[in-house]
Amino acid sequence: MSKSVKSTKVKGGDKRLEQIGDDIWKNRTTKINNELFTMTYGSIVGQICREENYNYNKVNEILFNMGYNIGNRLIEEFLSISLIERCNNFKETAEVISKIGFRMFLNISPIISNWSIDEQTFQLTFEENPLAEFVELPDEYDEEEENNSSSNIKGNARGELWYSNILCGVLKGCLEMVQLECEVWFVSDVLRGDDNTSIKVKLISILRDEIPVGDD
Amino acid sequence: MSYYLTIIGSNNAPVYELDIGSYKQNSNGIFKFPDNINNLKQFIANSSLDILENIQFNSQQHYFNNIDSFYGYSTFIFLTQSNIKYIILTNSKNLDESIRQFFIELNELYLKKLLSPFYDYNSPINSKFFTTRVKNIAKKYL
Repeated sequence: MSKSVKSTKVKGGDKRLEQIGDDIWKNRTTKINNELFTMTYGSIVGQICREENYNYNKVNEILFNMGYNIGNRLIEEFLSISLIERCNNFKETAEVISKIGFRMFLNISPIISNWSIDEQTFQLTFEENPLAEFVELPDEYDEEEENNSSSNIKGNARGELWYSNILCGVLKGCLEMVQLECEVWFVSDVLRGDDNTSIKVKLISILRDEIPVGDD
Repeated sequence: MSYYLTIIGSNNAPVYELDIGSYKQNSNGIFKFPDNINNLKQFIANSSLDILENIQFNSQQHYFNNIDSFYGYSTFIFLTQSNIKYIILTNSKNLDESIRQFFIELNELYLKKLLSPFYDYNSPINSKFFTTRVKNIAKKYL
C-alpha cells in the first residue's frame, strides 16, 4: 500500500511519467494477444447479460464490482512494478493514472480534460478502447414482430449498458486502496453512438490512514 | 435491375434478407421485381441450395456464379468456410465480378458481426447498422 512507499516527490513533468510508462510497457509487463483479451472480456459481458436476462443496470453493477475487486489487488502490482511515489495532489494522480496506469495494463493513455474548478473532478477520454474492439451493442428492431413477446428481448442496450464499466470499478478499487475515495462513472461511450468514450473521476475525500485495532 | 440478398445459416435457416435496388446504369435504387417473382424469391433462392450441396464438397472455390437460373433470374452464392451461404438473386447480366467483390465485403461485415459478443452464431440479424452498411457496399458494387 501507499504507506510503504516513501513520500518523496515525483520530479519533472508529464514527459517523465510518459517515459516511465513507456519503459514499463516495453520491458516489464507480460503481454497477451489482444484479440484473446478482447474476446474473453466480450464473452464475460455477454454471459453476464444472458444470466441477468439483459437487465443492464444489474450488469453495470456486476461489472463495476468485478472491477472493484480487480482494482483492490491490481494496485499492489502497479506500485511494485512502477515504483512510483506518493502523489502530491490529485492532478498528479490523474497524470499517473493515465500515463502509467493505463499504459501499463492496456497500452493506452487516455486524455485528461475537463478539470472542475475545485480540481476534484476530471475526465478521462479514451481514443481507443481495447475492451470494445469488435463490439456492437444490440440494436434490434422489430418491425414485423411487434406482438411477439420474445422479440426485443435484448432490451435497450444502447441506452443502459456501459460495456466497459469494469474500468470504472478498477479505478475506484485502486484509488480507494491508496486512501482516495472517489466516484467513477462513464459519461459517454462510442458503442452507444457518442463521439467519444469518457470516464469521469470525482474525488470525494481522502481517507485517513487507519491504525488497526490494538496496534498502538 | 434489382437484387434479392439473403444470408442462410449453417443449419439452412435464414439469417438475414434484404431487397436491393441498383444505382448502376441509370437505375434509381428502387427494388423492383415483378410480383410473381417477388412472391417466389425466397423459394428460388433456397432451391439453389440443393445444387450447392451437390457441388460444394467437390470444389475448392467459395464463389459460385450463376449456379441456378429461373426465367432469366440467376442465383449467385458465396459459401463461407463455416457453411454460411450468401445468396443473391438478380435479373442483371454480366456482373459476375462486381457481385464477387460485393460478397467479399459482405463477408467482412458478417465476420465483424460474428465477433461481437452479443451476436449468436446462426441467429437472425436484425441490426439497423448492419443493414445500413450492407446498403453502402451494395451502392458501391451493384
